[in-house]
Amino acid sequence: MSADTLPVTGTSGFSRWANNHRKWLFASPAMAFVAVLIIFPVAWTLYLSLTDAEGSVRAEKEFVGGRNYLDVLSDTARFWPAVWRTVQFTGVVLIVEVVLGMAIALLLWRPFRGEKWVRVAILMPLVATPVAVGMMFRLIFDPNIGLANQVIGWFGIPAQPWLAGETSALWTTMLIDIWQWTPMVVLILLAGLTSLSDEPQEAALIDGASGWQRFRFITLPLLMPTVLVAVLLRGIDALKTFDILYATKGKGGGSYHEVETLNVYAYGLSFDYNEYGTSSTVLIIFFLLIIGSMWVLTSRRKADY
Amino acid sequence: MLRRTATGSALALAAALSLSACGGGGDDQSTGSKTIQVTLANHVWTENIKAALPEFEKSTGLKVKLTQLGEDQLSDQYNVKLNAGTSDLDVMMYRPLQEGKLFGKNGYLADLTKDVKGAKDWNWSDFQPGPVEATTYDGKVEGVPLITETEVLYYRKDLLKKAGFSEPPKTLDELKAQSAKIQAANPGVAGFVARTGKSAAVTQFSSYLYSFGGKWATDDDKAAIDSPEAKQAYAYYGGLIHDHGPKNVSTDMSWPEAMAIFTQGKSAFYTEASSLYKNATDPAKSKVSDTVGFAAFPAGPAGSKPYNVPSWALGINESSENKANAWKFIEWATSKEQTLANQKAGVPGARSSVANDPEATSTYPKDLVAAAAEGAKNGVGFDRPKVVKVPEAREIVGLPIVDAITGKDAAASAEEAAKKFQALLDDEAK
Repeated sequence: MSADTLPVTGTSGFSRWANNHRKWLFASPAMAFVAVLIIFPVAWTLYLSLTDAEGSVRAEKEFVGGRNYLDVLSDTARFWPAVWRTVQFTGVVLIVEVVLGMAIALLLWRPFRGEKWVRVAILMPLVATPVAVGMMFRLIFDPNIGLANQVIGWFGIPAQPWLAGETSALWTTMLIDIWQWTPMVVLILLAGLTSLSDEPQEAALIDGASGWQRFRFITLPLLMPTVLVAVLLRGIDALKTFDILYATKGKGGGSYHEVETLNVYAYGLSFDYNEYGTSSTVLIIFFLLIIGSMWVLTSRRKADY
Repeated sequence: MLRRTATGSALALAAALSLSACGGGGDDQSTGSKTIQVTLANHVWTENIKAALPEFEKSTGLKVKLTQLGEDQLSDQYNVKLNAGTSDLDVMMYRPLQEGKLFGKNGYLADLTKDVKGAKDWNWSDFQPGPVEATTYDGKVEGVPLITETEVLYYRKDLLKKAGFSEPPKTLDELKAQSAKIQAANPGVAGFVARTGKSAAVTQFSSYLYSFGGKWATDDDKAAIDSPEAKQAYAYYGGLIHDHGPKNVSTDMSWPEAMAIFTQGKSAFYTEASSLYKNATDPAKSKVSDTVGFAAFPAGPAGSKPYNVPSWALGINESSENKANAWKFIEWATSKEQTLANQKAGVPGARSSVANDPEATSTYPKDLVAAAAEGAKNGVGFDRPKVVKVPEAREIVGLPIVDAITGKDAAASAEEAAKKFQALLDDEAK
């Protein structure tokens, strides 16, 4: 019996055993969780990506090595356009949401009358279900009977195809994403702002710094860790966007795959085409892409601080 | 060594516990064999059968646990559950032309041959041969056809009269001419609307393809969608929507969106499945309920050849542990009484005896009955390519439709699509 063993009152086998293996016993729920919900699915997907599984995952499958990876990486019809759309979508919504989120957070930072109500109103989109939001905007952006065309018509702007247009569809979905997720960025940044101390600001005021200077040289640098958290959270989320795209354009991201991102593509591969091997390959590549961008962001953060 | 084994077993135990928690999905284990788990699609048929359920439960002492889903969600559910070999599904409502071959190949559906042949009073020979062929895979009966439908022309009587037409178009040429005239005379109203989504449009386009004398593929599995007839059909269908359809038309429309345009009074003509007619005639759903008329599918160069297909069927999950009771449900739901009741309520079934019963269609609009009868007479038994990978094939053969709608070179697109379709056919022949 090792030295760290506590005195055991009972002599039953289990108590003795449990006492001897405390560290394993207490960690086991967490370990089981990781094993079942993270390691197993990823390993299984990795395995499928190396086979020609299709039709049914229970059907016989052949091990094909890296063939799926070669096929997918050389696919310029669906895969690379989907990668580009994913990057485009994530990049645009991320920049707009952070800039806009910062502006709104700064506006809400100082107390004012009716502050509570304004905050609630701004956070409203966040609580709506993305699928419901998608359906709602599908109606708003309908080219024939939608509200959006009616409104821009009042200003003499000609009717736009919005979601129905081959090039405008992706931009319209970005607009929806920005509408829905900017509040989350606001929320995070506002939390960061409230935790900042007032003294540096006061000192700068006394030194005669302008509003912009105070923001650029004091608030922003102090807030940088929070901004990075917001970028990280929103970035990963935006990469994985599925619900808004699926709800507005359906399977395959529309007839011309106008809004088909990697996630939508992988979904179509497994649920429409039943090509589980190829689908898994796309997902593994996608997974690496997310891990990679996370790593870039977090390693920069460590270098800064 | 002992230490390691103990850890291993603790882990395995924890894993097993959490796995069984996932698999249970909240179903209590007491359901046993008295409860039949039935999954149905959102359809008028489902509403009718739901209303009749208490009667079934009372007479058999069984309980039906019903899950009802939209088409896409239904497909996804089956995909996940059948892949996992679940026994949570007993009776499944499925689309023989969409999933029949795939499910058959994967062995997802139980062999019902003995059941259908054994039920003498229920009378399997009463079912129409076309639909029966669609629910048979590899010589085995894997489903009972439930609903049949054909494509008909929906039109607005008032707009036709206003434009001076005494009767609906009999040919596709007339349809085009009338659409153009009505559109020109009524700003804000399109001449024609139909499905525009790449995949969704395929089934409704099939009648145009057949009526122009085209085919998806030849009998020896050569892609035929680049034939002159097929190219004409693509150009016609897409062109009609491009020239006389709603402005800025979306290229993602399935029937709910296209039907909405028609029932909002924004289009004079609409070609769609006959089984959806209630959406246009029900005043609660349609602004044009009192002026909608129905006509047989207009004739093309090869005559009027709409599809006439079994759109839905009932089957039993091969992994079900309750097959005998599941069959009892199917036997009841597809009985002559239920088929008649449904047909009266607007859902045509696959039983000949009911189809020929004048009482069964007494509640239908008369012109619809005539139009549907015409479709049944000349109809083609499938409305999409006959392959295992139907969703993929639909996207391939559907792209030229969308290209024609958006004003691109549909003929070139058809040639491109034929190559891809051929590759798919070759792949499946292997």
